[in-house]
Amino acid sequence: MTLPSRTAEAAEPSTRAAVALRGARLSYGDRVLWDGLDLDVAPGEFVAVLGPNGSGKTSLIRVLLGLQPLSGGTVRVAGGNRRIGYIPQQRAIDSTLALRGRDLVGFGLDGHGWGVGWRNRRERRAKVDVALEAVGATRYADEPVGLLSGGEQQRLRVAQALVGDPEVLLCDEPLLSLDLHHQRVVSDLIDARRRAAGTAVLFVTHEINPILPLVDRVLYLVDGRFRIGPPAEVMTSRTLTELYRTNVEVVRVRDQIHVVGAQHVCEDEPHHVADEG
Amino acid sequence: MENFFDVGQTIDLLRYVQPMLIAGAVLGLVAGLLGPLVVTRKMAFAVHGTSELAFTGGAAALLVGVGVGYGALAGSVIAALLLGLLSRRDADRDSVIGAILAFGLGLGVLFLALYKGRAANKFGLLTGQVVSVGSTDLWLLIGSSVAVLAVLAFIYRPLHFASVDAAVATARGVPVRTLSVVFAVLVGVATALSVQLVGALLVLSLMITPAAAATRVTASPLRATVLAVVFAEVSVLGGMVLSLAPGMPVSAFVTAVSFLIYLVCRLLGGKRERVQ
Repeated sequence: MTLPSRTAEAAEPSTRAAVALRGARLSYGDRVLWDGLDLDVAPGEFVAVLGPNGSGKTSLIRVLLGLQPLSGGTVRVAGGNRRIGYIPQQRAIDSTLALRGRDLVGFGLDGHGWGVGWRNRRERRAKVDVALEAVGATRYADEPVGLLSGGEQQRLRVAQALVGDPEVLLCDEPLLSLDLHHQRVVSDLIDARRRAAGTAVLFVTHEINPILPLVDRVLYLVDGRFRIGPPAEVMTSRTLTELYRTNVEVVRVRDQIHVVGAQHVCEDEPHHVADEG
Repeated sequence: MENFFDVGQTIDLLRYVQPMLIAGAVLGLVAGLLGPLVVTRKMAFAVHGTSELAFTGGAAALLVGVGVGYGALAGSVIAALLLGLLSRRDADRDSVIGAILAFGLGLGVLFLALYKGRAANKFGLLTGQVVSVGSTDLWLLIGSSVAVLAVLAFIYRPLHFASVDAAVATARGVPVRTLSVVFAVLVGVATALSVQLVGALLVLSLMITPAAAATRVTASPLRATVLAVVFAEVSVLGGMVLSLAPGMPVSAFVTAVSFLIYLVCRLLGGKRERVQ
């Protein structure tokens, strides 16, 4: 499989890309997660990152956040960390934590600013209210975060990431533990955001179908090998068979893509972040 | 026993302990403001470890004949820095604290054994003392408290963010690691100040119990902080006043009042959780 876009990008790095990786390599000791990764994500582009557990999807996000240095190559993210919206993988929140939904969302707005934050309180509250309303979280905005369900917490995370007016949105399994209706609400919100504000979206997922209509390109990672391209190019029996090095069948049923073949191919269990270190 | 809580005697004694009440009020304010963050960051054991090291510092100061307050301050700030620097991962923290705490306490015991002065001073470091607070001590306490609160006000928002959600805070460019060391030092200073009043063993009753009680009854960070301050003040001032007539150690009453508040809040909080 040839990758024309890859060579073209490498020759002429786009200066207006929201995210730019050049010859990026990430390895832990002898284990190479990926190497020679060239990726430009344009403003407003929606890139889905797929692949089995341990293929380095979350590590890619950590690299873009500046939490994980590359082993080789370069990375550039437009606007720096302040302009990144980050939806982390879900994790349990202590039930006695003194924090309400609106406080969690508020952090996304100005949690990084110094001081107590009493100035502009009214304006701040209005913005947070809008963000809460957009994800349908108004009803439980004043409840303790730790007592909410996983899906309710996840919607707050989405509101938190969007309220900060991001140029780049990094989402790590954001649809996890959402029911179908709210998967739809959340992915439509992210879609609307990138169309209206030109936010570049990197969307790590183990299940492409809920976002298939929105995806411009797929980055598919398997054991250090990868393919970048539109879903129609990457999500084919031939490409995935090459990537997995075992016979993989891609079946299209109505508007959905099903990957049949090797175990743990695509629709495996989402992995969990080991430990923030 | 009949004059255990003699009101007349208590009012009589209040005049003599006025500086101590001021000291208590200042401490209550500092502990109440820091407490909710300490609880959010699950630092109860760290506070205990720091206070034991404040004891070691105080014991060293007794031995060489410097003010106990300065010794306690030095001890707990060193402890806070060590904890902040050595425990780079949350998972390490408890074991690092345990190791440092045990060694520090051992040193403190040694210093006390070598000290030939008044025995009451030794005991007081651990369990608190009803000695009149001198004007130098009071100014040291007020000065340190103002410094702690000023720094806290400056770093409050990113610190709160980092305490609740370190991963996202780091992602947004908050200097999470630096803030946690700075906060450890703030807690260290506040702990050293509290040690002189309630003793190393009972600092938790000021720094943890009021905040733990407050977070049981409200999820609003602002309300939790206000309540923690109120609870800490009631515990400190109430405990002090109650201890006057019987002439018993302040710490016994402070801990009793704060624990009572905690119990009540747990009961109320339990009801709230079931309603959900």
